[in-house]
Amino acid sequence: MTSPIAPDLQATVRMPAKPRAGVWRRLVKRRLALLGLIIVAIVVAGAVLAPWLTGYDPNEQMFDGLTIEGSPLPPDAKFWLGTDLLGRDLLTRILYGARTSLIIGIVANGVALFIGTLVGVTAGYFRGWIGSALMRFTDLMMAFPALLLAICLAAVFQPSLWIVAMVIALVNWVQTARVVYTETSSLAEREFIDAERTIGAGAPRILFRHILPHLLPTIIVWGTLGISTTVLLEATLSFLGIGVQPPTASWGNIIFENQTYFQAAPWLVFFPGAAILALALAFNLIGDALRDILDPTQRGRA
Amino acid sequence: MIAYLGRRLIQSALILLGVSLITFALLYLLPADPVRQIAGRSATPQTVENIRQQLGLDQPFIVQYWHYLTKLISGDLGRSYIQRSEVTELIVSRLPASLLLMVGAILCELLIGLSMGLIAAVKRGTATDQTLMVASFVGVSAPQFVVGLLLLYVFAVRLSWFPIGGYGTWRHLVLPSLTMGILGAGWYARMMRSSMIDVLRQDYVRTARAKGLARGAIIFRHALPNAILPVIAMIGIDIGIFMGGIVVVESVFGWPGIGQLAWQAIQRVDIPIIMGVTLVSAFAIVVGNLLADFIAPFIDPRIKLR
Repeated sequence: MTSPIAPDLQATVRMPAKPRAGVWRRLVKRRLALLGLIIVAIVVAGAVLAPWLTGYDPNEQMFDGLTIEGSPLPPDAKFWLGTDLLGRDLLTRILYGARTSLIIGIVANGVALFIGTLVGVTAGYFRGWIGSALMRFTDLMMAFPALLLAICLAAVFQPSLWIVAMVIALVNWVQTARVVYTETSSLAEREFIDAERTIGAGAPRILFRHILPHLLPTIIVWGTLGISTTVLLEATLSFLGIGVQPPTASWGNIIFENQTYFQAAPWLVFFPGAAILALALAFNLIGDALRDILDPTQRGRA
Repeated sequence: MIAYLGRRLIQSALILLGVSLITFALLYLLPADPVRQIAGRSATPQTVENIRQQLGLDQPFIVQYWHYLTKLISGDLGRSYIQRSEVTELIVSRLPASLLLMVGAILCELLIGLSMGLIAAVKRGTATDQTLMVASFVGVSAPQFVVGLLLLYVFAVRLSWFPIGGYGTWRHLVLPSLTMGILGAGWYARMMRSSMIDVLRQDYVRTARAKGLARGAIIFRHALPNAILPVIAMIGIDIGIFMGGIVVVESVFGWPGIGQLAWQAIQRVDIPIIMGVTLVSAFAIVVGNLLADFIAPFIDPRIKLR
């Protein structure tokens, strides 16, 4: 389908290549982003290496893991972060819980990003009745109290790791759709897209070769910030007891299970809580830095 | 302006209709059978069927939804399955507590967030600025139930400054408001900072400086009023975030508002209550967004409503 003059034309109409090669270098130069990257690296290492980092089984209820009265043990040399109400090693459960958070963070957020991009690009590029129907539906979803919707959904389906991921995805695609829609519709009116149409390029070619590459920075930024939202939502659902179900460890359900003990054993809330905060913070820091780097129009504003 | 207003009102009504349809459908699909819950374990199949008929739950989805809608128009949200009272009454009786919490939360987030943002903007580029911005990130990234439990542990269990939970005096209000406010404060701090930086860059501020006005006078009398308005206008949009957090915070603090009502209803599959609270929340969010839109042109005359 390409006409003989197309390659030349392309060379002149395509936007100058963005200096993307330097993104990583510029990212690690920012102290806060670097802090975020380090936290993510630690959490990933903890999740992957969990079986080698700890000698305990996450579900093993140990006899010496409780006091004689049956209450959890505070942090000591044997159990570094103490034990939970069933006498399980808290550090081990937090390490394995990192797996849950990361899986949900990647899967749920990936699906949400995919739905959001699909809806946003379709509505922004094709417009027409499909476009307005999709955006009205997006508006509708914006009016839903997100957490309440997630709770209803989680209650409808029996929660498992994958169901929780899907529930979160179904709630979280909305913001991405809005942003992608706005960008796509302004891109679709630009001259270089017109030029592509003029030389006979079809919609798939324009979408994949021209629109999507331009959307990439936005998708990367929202994808990173979205992991943070996802991690928090999973923790909240699990804290309410309708997220990831025990005995599978998740930072949220560790707190849920031990809530009744928290006055006597605050470390059971403090350590998993700190883990959730750290991971969410890390992705927020990275996402914010990426926004500065990838989107120069926003620099100095946010 | 009038046309815009009319169009937005119709749009909002349609959105609420959509929310009601989706929620109704979701709850209809619920695998747990509410009738069994009401009838109890020892009920005969006959009793179960009778209750089902009484509640109209044997009818097709569309019919049930239509009944619900027609009643909804007159403000009737149906009867609770378990509490044997009108959902509208239950929600109305719980609403004051939630509204009180909302006022407390908004006060906290504005007070903390705006002052953080203001200081950060004035001290732009310094260590203070950086520290405040990291703090705002921490606020945004902190899960509300963890913040709530920590505040409870430190200020109620350890220091006994505030009660551990419940409702009644201003002391009960402090910790839940703070819990809700910390999240919002993070957002407001960032918005306030960028808004203030924008204003400080403008010509009239330079003029004020050139004619020798004191720094404090420039910041508080000239820049602040202009910078603060667009940020305050965000309160309308903020309601959505508030409605999300209410379930968690109210259950952590035993705060008798609609969040707690919803949470108890979800655990007992009391569908009319879940439905009612979802609609009330969606209503609040839609009204908040409308307000934010309508206020915008008054705050910034450059914005025109279309």
